[in-house]
Amino acid sequence: MDYLTAPFRYGFMQNAILAAVLVGVTCAVLGVHVVQRRMAFIGEALAHTTLPGLVIAHLFGWSLSLGGLCAALATALLIGWASRRDAVKEDTAIGVVFTGMFALGVLLMSRTRSYRDLTHMLFGNVLGVTTEDLWFIGGVAAVVLTCLALFHKELELTACDPIYAEVIGLRADLMRFLLLGLVALAVVTGIQTVGVVLTSALLITPAATAALLSDRMPRRMLLGALLATACSVAGLTASYVTETSSGSAIVLCCTAAFMAAYAARSAWHRLRPTAAIPVTKDEPSEVAPA
Amino acid sequence: MNDPWLPYSRGRHAEPVQGAPALLAESLFVTYPGAHGLALRGVSVRVPCGTCAALIGPNGSGKSTLLKAVAGLVSVASGVVRVHGNPVGACHHRLAYLPQRGEIDWAFPISVERLVLTGRYVHLGWLSWPGSRDREIASAALDHLGLSSLADRQIGMLSGGQQQKALLARALAQEADLLLLDEPFNAVDARTQDSIYQAMRSLRDGGKTLVVATHDLSRLDGAFDAVVRLRDGQVETKPLNGVAGKERAWTT
Repeated sequence: MDYLTAPFRYGFMQNAILAAVLVGVTCAVLGVHVVQRRMAFIGEALAHTTLPGLVIAHLFGWSLSLGGLCAALATALLIGWASRRDAVKEDTAIGVVFTGMFALGVLLMSRTRSYRDLTHMLFGNVLGVTTEDLWFIGGVAAVVLTCLALFHKELELTACDPIYAEVIGLRADLMRFLLLGLVALAVVTGIQTVGVVLTSALLITPAATAALLSDRMPRRMLLGALLATACSVAGLTASYVTETSSGSAIVLCCTAAFMAAYAARSAWHRLRPTAAIPVTKDEPSEVAPA
Repeated sequence: MNDPWLPYSRGRHAEPVQGAPALLAESLFVTYPGAHGLALRGVSVRVPCGTCAALIGPNGSGKSTLLKAVAGLVSVASGVVRVHGNPVGACHHRLAYLPQRGEIDWAFPISVERLVLTGRYVHLGWLSWPGSRDREIASAALDHLGLSSLADRQIGMLSGGQQQKALLARALAQEADLLLLDEPFNAVDARTQDSIYQAMRSLRDGGKTLVVATHDLSRLDGAFDAVVRLRDGQVETKPLNGVAGKERAWTT
């Protein structure tokens, strides 16, 4: 047991674990909305488009988080705006913007000849999280989770039945903008723990796992948060013990949890074939004689 | 004294005008944004309170557009729409629009009870949560439509007819007076249609007004108090066998 708890006596490991859990929980809870609204690709894009922001901030010595945040928010606004026009399909627009921004980031980085910093941006450096970073991460977690709690009923209704929401005066595109903004915030903190390339895994995999196990929003959020916590701790411990990349270890733990949940669900359905299959035929029992 | 603001909108609460019909449309013209031509060309319809009107016509005749114009989902180029004597948007808590089934994400992780509870949101607004009274109203609405035993199910686990009734229950929980139903009989079998008709009739008998867009012409006689026929965005005046008398009574 000492073998496993030993790493957490170090200050940098305590910071790392706190950062990983905070980011993981925030992304997982937010991810439940992202997965349900089929916005997974946007999450991926937002993470990638932060790179030029990070690099420019790095070159000028500004705060990396702020640079990434500006780039992500700008992209969120652009995507939200573009999806209201019909000229280009949304996923096409996202594909064009995110690869272009990512390439720009790599290009700028190659000018600095500092590929070590680039690696940290691409794959994260959770072991290098400072107390200042922790405050930022904690602040983002508080903002994101508070917004999700305060606007839960509106987010739920605009995703489930956007037309009804419009009729009662609740604008679906407004809630989508809010969600994109929150994703941009969460993604910037994810970059510190698992990096630009893998951040969308934190947003998508735990939420997708929870979606396999429950058909209620609040339960999915709780499950996602628990999964993210467990995977962060397990991943960090494993990476310390085996001396491997911490971000990848965390993400692989999430992937393993997803596969386990998928297998469990399939087994459950084979054992109880009627358990969760939607009713496709109308049940005669509901019809009273006319 | 000013009326209180409506939640989620910039409008103010308006009381129904005494003696006004539940729905009045006069010389209504609607263009679809980006599309050529008019979706509605001078439609006039009058639906008195406490009646159940059918809106029929082939696909593309403007049935949905008319309902959407009344619900405020499409903007009106010219003409007048009044709901209980008030302009669109001044009383959208009194108006329930039931979208076509395909427009709702039935895979969404939400229970039937919670879907019905969303009918209360128009009375709640931002930063306010359903209380015990809202839950009571929702559960009474579920009970009225015979869905109480299904309250805990995820909405996708309902049959087509039950889904339509869940939407009616939500309109009831909203305490709406005017219900706009867009193709409620799509993709449900004849026996289920019966039960939806029964539910609609019981709502009408309870004082609600229903306007139902449908292309099911088999039941027009028994089920509706009035029939309005649309063709190419205009009200069709040529009589249809059996229902001609009703048509004349309800279109202006």
